[in-house]
Amino acid sequence: MTVFLIVILSSFVFSLLLFGIGQKTFQRMTWFAALLPISLFIYFSSFAKSIMNGEVYNSFTSWVPSLGINLDFRLDNLALLFTLLITGVGSIVFLYTTQYLKGHPKLLRFYVFLSIFMGAMLGLVTSNNIITLFIFWELTSISSFFLISFNNTEAPSRKSAIIALTITGLGGLALLAFAVLAGQITGTLSIAEMLQSPEVFANHQYSVILMVFIFLAAFTKSAQFPFHFWLPGAMKAPTPVSTYLHSATMVKAGIYLLLRFTPHFQNNSYFFTTLLIVGAITMLYAAFQTLFKTDLKGILAYSTIGALGIMVFLIGIGTSASITAAIVFIVVHALYKASLFLVTGTIDHQAKTRDITKLSGLRKVLMPLAIAGLIAALSSGGFPPTVGFIGKDLIYEATLHGGLNPVLLTTMAVLTNILMVFAGLLVGVKPFAGKQNEDLGEIKKPHFFLWFMPMILAVLSLLFGLFPSMVEALFTHNITPLLTGEESPHLAIWHGFNLILLLSAITIISGIIIYFIWKPSHKKEGSMMKFEAISPKSLALKFSDLFQKLSYILTRTFQNGYLRRYVMVILVLLTLVFGIHVFINPRIFLSVKEIKALNWNEIVILAMMLVSILFTVFTKSRLTAIAGMGVLGYTMCLIFVFYGAPDLAMTQFSIDTLTVILFVLVLYRLPKYLKLSNRTNRVRDAIVAMSFGTFLAFTIIEIMNETPLKKTSEYYAENAYVLAKGKNVVNVILVDFRGFDTMIEIVVLAISAIGVFALLKLHLKKNEK
Amino acid sequence: MEILLAIMTGILYAAGIYLILRRSLVKLIIGIVILGNGVNLLIFLMGGLVKGNPPLILSEGKALEGLYADPVPQALILTAIVISFGLQSFAIVLIKRAYKVLKTDDIDTMNKTDDIT
Amino acid sequence: MKSLILHTISITLLPLLILFSVFVLLRGHYLPGGGFIGGLIAAIAFILHAFANGLKETRKVLRIHPGFLIPVGLSIAVLSALAPILMTGDPLMTGLWYDKDIAILGKIGSALFFDTGVYLVVVGVCLTIIFTISESV
Repeated sequence: MTVFLIVILSSFVFSLLLFGIGQKTFQRMTWFAALLPISLFIYFSSFAKSIMNGEVYNSFTSWVPSLGINLDFRLDNLALLFTLLITGVGSIVFLYTTQYLKGHPKLLRFYVFLSIFMGAMLGLVTSNNIITLFIFWELTSISSFFLISFNNTEAPSRKSAIIALTITGLGGLALLAFAVLAGQITGTLSIAEMLQSPEVFANHQYSVILMVFIFLAAFTKSAQFPFHFWLPGAMKAPTPVSTYLHSATMVKAGIYLLLRFTPHFQNNSYFFTTLLIVGAITMLYAAFQTLFKTDLKGILAYSTIGALGIMVFLIGIGTSASITAAIVFIVVHALYKASLFLVTGTIDHQAKTRDITKLSGLRKVLMPLAIAGLIAALSSGGFPPTVGFIGKDLIYEATLHGGLNPVLLTTMAVLTNILMVFAGLLVGVKPFAGKQNEDLGEIKKPHFFLWFMPMILAVLSLLFGLFPSMVEALFTHNITPLLTGEESPHLAIWHGFNLILLLSAITIISGIIIYFIWKPSHKKEGSMMKFEAISPKSLALKFSDLFQKLSYILTRTFQNGYLRRYVMVILVLLTLVFGIHVFINPRIFLSVKEIKALNWNEIVILAMMLVSILFTVFTKSRLTAIAGMGVLGYTMCLIFVFYGAPDLAMTQFSIDTLTVILFVLVLYRLPKYLKLSNRTNRVRDAIVAMSFGTFLAFTIIEIMNETPLKKTSEYYAENAYVLAKGKNVVNVILVDFRGFDTMIEIVVLAISAIGVFALLKLHLKKNEK
Repeated sequence: MEILLAIMTGILYAAGIYLILRRSLVKLIIGIVILGNGVNLLIFLMGGLVKGNPPLILSEGKALEGLYADPVPQALILTAIVISFGLQSFAIVLIKRAYKVLKTDDIDTMNKTDDIT
Repeated sequence: MKSLILHTISITLLPLLILFSVFVLLRGHYLPGGGFIGGLIAAIAFILHAFANGLKETRKVLRIHPGFLIPVGLSIAVLSALAPILMTGDPLMTGLWYDKDIAILGKIGSALFFDTGVYLVVVGVCLTIIFTISESV
């Protein structure tokens, strides 16, 4: 069954199809692009019922079976949760963008990248083979790069895109390392089969390394401290991209990876402790940062980082209650955050600003949007009866009953959530409340899609809150046992009066109080900027600057633009290698017998060679040098004749003749021999050349004492006639056994002839003009 | 003879490298030719020297028998010789053009291509 | 460089040398020779003719531009490499052979056509290079 492969490939094919449509036609039928996510959403929804009953769908196609790399897709409940998120939020974003970027000259490109991203993301969450998971992981990073730098004429966009790509690319490398190492140790690349060797992940000698790699991958992708800084930068992308990639789906790939490997690391307490600590730092740090931001998207970026921190934190607690809380929170967060992002997008689109200090009283013009914003803000703050309330209940439930120090964990969760209430209200309510700011000028009513799309998501938040059994049946009922082996707690909106309800009430009330007391301003943002110098971002940038400077110095030293420096560096290094080798174990065999065995013709050849070389090197006349070169070639030819290589002798003879003709033809157009370098340089070069030659000769003598491997030659010798019906083995190798090499060789020859022709003839034509 | 040819290979390399390190373009290309000969000789030596028995199957035989010269290095060198002709002819024409445009034979003054209009 | 002796000899030498080069090409599979060597000999034959009679004469004798031989040779080589795929469904460059011996040539196979392609390319390349250079000097 290859059905999932086709489904996932369909996104990529679709993006090609969009190219085929062309920019102009596409502008008139932008709705067409939305067909892809909508149909995929319907397709994946059709699996919901049977997967709820515990079924798992597999789709297997061999790719590189010898390496264990296969297109192995597996749709279980966890994958279904993500596919529904990807295609569901995708549908809304695709539709929203038709209006948000209406008439944009590069709209087609936008949809092409968005489709590629969606395919990659679907592949990521359904891959059962860790190598294909890695490939899709990298594809999401790359498509994210292109989407962040969508406004590629602006320098900040490009810079943010590069930072994001560097950080997530670093994580991708770590994921590859994890994949290869885990594959080597467990002997399989299938994620499901890896479960059969739990000891590898628990207490194998490499389990720490495995853990470091998977953390590096997940933390970079899911923007955990200290790798979080690429995410606020990524807000340079158009708002639909921020909605889709940088809040609802792509940044959750890291969370997905951690969830997927939770069963593998089940017995490894370090795994969970690290997650707990990193998640806690991230959520507190990011939630605190939201206090000082004035850009709506900046606030949302940090609250997204905070939410991702909460998810990692919850996975780190590692109980069935906390995993359930994490899963519910993924849904909760996707709904309200996407909604808030889209609301922000519409505000930006209509009012042309995202500055929170300037926005107020927009409810008169943007009424339906204000309602969507309000519901999303409520869900974000965990007000009943939204699904956010259930999510927050579960978080407190998890912190109170899990981990070593429930009081500390709960305090941290409450603190974070208070600030999340504040952030939600700030984005979802503040722009609409109060008196309208006159400076904004006249604000037009938005297009239907621009308020309806966030509204759908907001209403879903409300709906899931009123009927939590839907979330339970669809997701937590199956996923929690899948990941922890334990039953998931029952989801309900009302648990009676208890400690959790009290904590919820405290959270909400404190959040509201902060909202009314704390007014974000540019001054406060500025005061935070003072600490920017020690932030992970500037440290990372300084580090990369240092690298640039270092490489500049290295390049200047070794590649200074003078040819002899380049040659010299290579030669001196090689001479050192040869020299050290000869010096450490000298095995030189020179015997007088050898010299006595020489007959006269060999002596003549050697003498001729030596004389011709000396002439060529030391002559002052070009003609003598060429003659010397020619004689050298003919002596080579004689060597070939004596030692059983008639083919070589004939070729060498003809080529040598041609070369001499060539040189003589060009000679008088060439500059006269000049002595350009001084004596010191000549001596230096001579020393380098001679020491290289000496050590090379030593090495050759040493190699010749080894018994040469004749396997290849013997194969050709035995099969030349049997297989290729030829008796001249050299020719058979050239035209038959290695015929393809010869083919490439004649292509190279043809290219050199064309090059010569072009260099000389094209010039003549230019002169004629 | 093998050892003497090995030393000769060293001499060919030394001569080629010395010429390549010169500043004159013509010497550079002659150096490349000599170095090419050195490489061919090196490959030839690595196959082992066999006097007078070319890798030809006798008219009645079906495979090479007894002592024969190694055909693999020969095939390699044959390719190398022909390719180096292509390289040399292109290089020499390139030098000719460079000399015409830049009016200099000194490699050291050729590294600032920005000045060319 | 027009000497009477060279001029006279070259006229008879050209066809002889070319015949020799074809001979070397054809026997390459059994005895020393082959496309590379044959091509080089043919190229030298033309260059010798050019030295004796001038380039224009040689071009007349040659009739076509030598560069034209390069694509022709390449096509023959590529076709002979593709032949097994097209004719018998074997992989690229599998040797195909005609069973019976033919007088003078011996066995005929795709390798011979490949070598002929090599021969033409080598002739074309050498002549193009030398002719171009000597014309522009």
